[in-house]
Amino acid sequence: MKRVLRHRLFWPIVALVVLIALNTASRPTFLSITINHGALYGSLIDILRNSAQLMLVAIGMTLVIATRGIDLSVGAVLAVSGAVALTIISDAPDPSSVSTVMVAIAIALIVTLVLGVWNGFLVSVVGIQPIIATLVLMFAGRGIAMLITKGQITTINSAPYRQIAGGYLFGLPIAFYISVAVIVIVALVVRRTALGMLIESVGINPEASRLAGVRARGILWGVYAVSGLLAGGAGILYSSNIMAADANNAGLNIELDAILAVVIGGTSLAGGKFLLSGTVVGVFVLQTLTSTITFLGIPPAVTPVFKAVVVIAVCLLQSRKVREWIFTRRKRTKAQDAVPATTELAVTR
Amino acid sequence: MTAQATAPVLPERVGLADRVRAKSASWASVLATLGMLVVLLVGDQIAFGDFISARLISSLLLNNSFLIILAVGMTFVILTGGIDLSVGSVIAFSGLLGAQLLAHGWPAYVVIPLMVLSGTVIGIITGVMVAFFEIQPFIASLAGMFLARGLAYVVSLKSLPISDASVDWLIGTQWSIGQFSITPGVILALVVVAIAFWVLHYTRFGRTVYAVGGNQQSARLMGLASTRTVFLVYVISGTCAGLAGLVFASYTGSGNPLAGLGMELEAIAAVVIGGTVLTGGSGYVLGSLCGVLVYGLIQITITYMSVDSWWTYIVIGLLLLLFVVFQRVMGARRRRV
Repeated sequence: MKRVLRHRLFWPIVALVVLIALNTASRPTFLSITINHGALYGSLIDILRNSAQLMLVAIGMTLVIATRGIDLSVGAVLAVSGAVALTIISDAPDPSSVSTVMVAIAIALIVTLVLGVWNGFLVSVVGIQPIIATLVLMFAGRGIAMLITKGQITTINSAPYRQIAGGYLFGLPIAFYISVAVIVIVALVVRRTALGMLIESVGINPEASRLAGVRARGILWGVYAVSGLLAGGAGILYSSNIMAADANNAGLNIELDAILAVVIGGTSLAGGKFLLSGTVVGVFVLQTLTSTITFLGIPPAVTPVFKAVVVIAVCLLQSRKVREWIFTRRKRTKAQDAVPATTELAVTR
Repeated sequence: MTAQATAPVLPERVGLADRVRAKSASWASVLATLGMLVVLLVGDQIAFGDFISARLISSLLLNNSFLIILAVGMTFVILTGGIDLSVGSVIAFSGLLGAQLLAHGWPAYVVIPLMVLSGTVIGIITGVMVAFFEIQPFIASLAGMFLARGLAYVVSLKSLPISDASVDWLIGTQWSIGQFSITPGVILALVVVAIAFWVLHYTRFGRTVYAVGGNQQSARLMGLASTRTVFLVYVISGTCAGLAGLVFASYTGSGNPLAGLGMELEAIAAVVIGGTVLTGGSGYVLGSLCGVLVYGLIQITITYMSVDSWWTYIVIGLLLLLFVVFQRVMGARRRRV
């Protein structure tokens, strides 16, 4: 029981379960899934589908945060990606052909990869703090996106493009497969090779890891590039969902949601140890929270209040002061030695 | 990254030249901003002719009065090495709260202090989380941001007009000296700058703010009240945001739940352009004033050039980059002195 309680995924999963229970209590049909024309429908499926954008961005953000960085530009990069893809498709002679859509997606992803590389360059080579280096693109990116769409909302009509966010494959949304594929690929690359450990070492102490022979510069560069690329993928999903490129509102505040999902998932903003599985749970918590608020009949605009409560609760639970307080109380009652408590703290920080 | 955080490391025998160089290095960013301001003004004057006028200066101050107040609060926070993302949302919350209370017939002399205090409350919440629970400023103020924006929507889902004489008075009244006109809102903003300047440079609290930003550990070991100082800077920033909300509500004549969206970034950008280093410990509130004016002037220039407004974003992004790289180079040089 103690091990379960101390597991880093314990509280995020509790939050998720509580949210689902709350939904089911207020609306018993919440858990039900119906089959219609060979595709699954239901609130849970909606959550899986709608969480895909945030999932992509949050996975990239996890890697960036693990290196003690932060990427504020993901929202703007997301907007650029949608703008590039839709401008290409709307200018093409045949917007509905699969090859046009493929080319548009490929170019959009290359552009966002370049933007990610630019962030990585500023952080790793020029040595600017991540928060301000990515702030540059957060500002300029929206301007670039508007430049591409000429300040208008580009709309298209293309069946293959609509499939990305709205389509179904073997009864499940295609968007869900995309997010699963990203999670699996990133998890394999990071956890089945030494890369994850190297990322953590850079996050814990960049100078020491450099002296130990870790190519910190290359790793930093890489995580920002990946974050840019994944934000680009999220931009494709977003624009496919609404079939429009909205340079002003696409991905607005998604950087904050992504950071929030990472923090809920138990990865510290101070860098070092990271938990991809935690981020996945964090994204589901946020998406379920959004759905819950809609189900309960509260105006969606009030959502930020609930998010604030979640942030404050999670942060307080993770805060050293509160943990120390809990541990010292336990110590007093059980009169155990202080060693396990302090090592636990050292790891979680 | 640590280059900016460390105070200039002076050799044991400090020569006059070294001292001047160390001092000028910390002022260099502000001078660069001032230079930028002059270049923009002169360039616009040459390009458009008849650009510099008393009316331009008045409208520059008027249109950015709330941003000046925000930037002052943000300067305090950034000087301690923190960040406050909540200020933009506080503008919406404060303005909407005022509009709603006034609509319910509350007297202005009660509502106006409440509007400012609403910002203080958000600042207290953020400050408690950062100072006492040691939560990272970014996340703590993110919670403040969500809270304030959500509370704004709780107050009202749509924008409300304000038709109160004393709130209108802040921006509506104009005192003119020839072509130059000034409103109480602008005077308020300039008074806030003056008070902040005095607090930062002539009080014990101000020196503690710089010391904490330079190195919180050292500041604490020196016996300075670092926890209290960190807490107070967020309260100051929140209060400034509440005040800015009042000025903004008067400026737009309404309370709007979408007001101040992204304004925290404009404030941060203005502070950085004004030469304050994001890692803390170095910067001036007068620099932030210059930063806001540069920001405003770029907007005016882009309007004058009759190119699309989104170029503002790109230019501000480039300018941020320029200043950050400049600070980085200066930081590297300071280390070598």
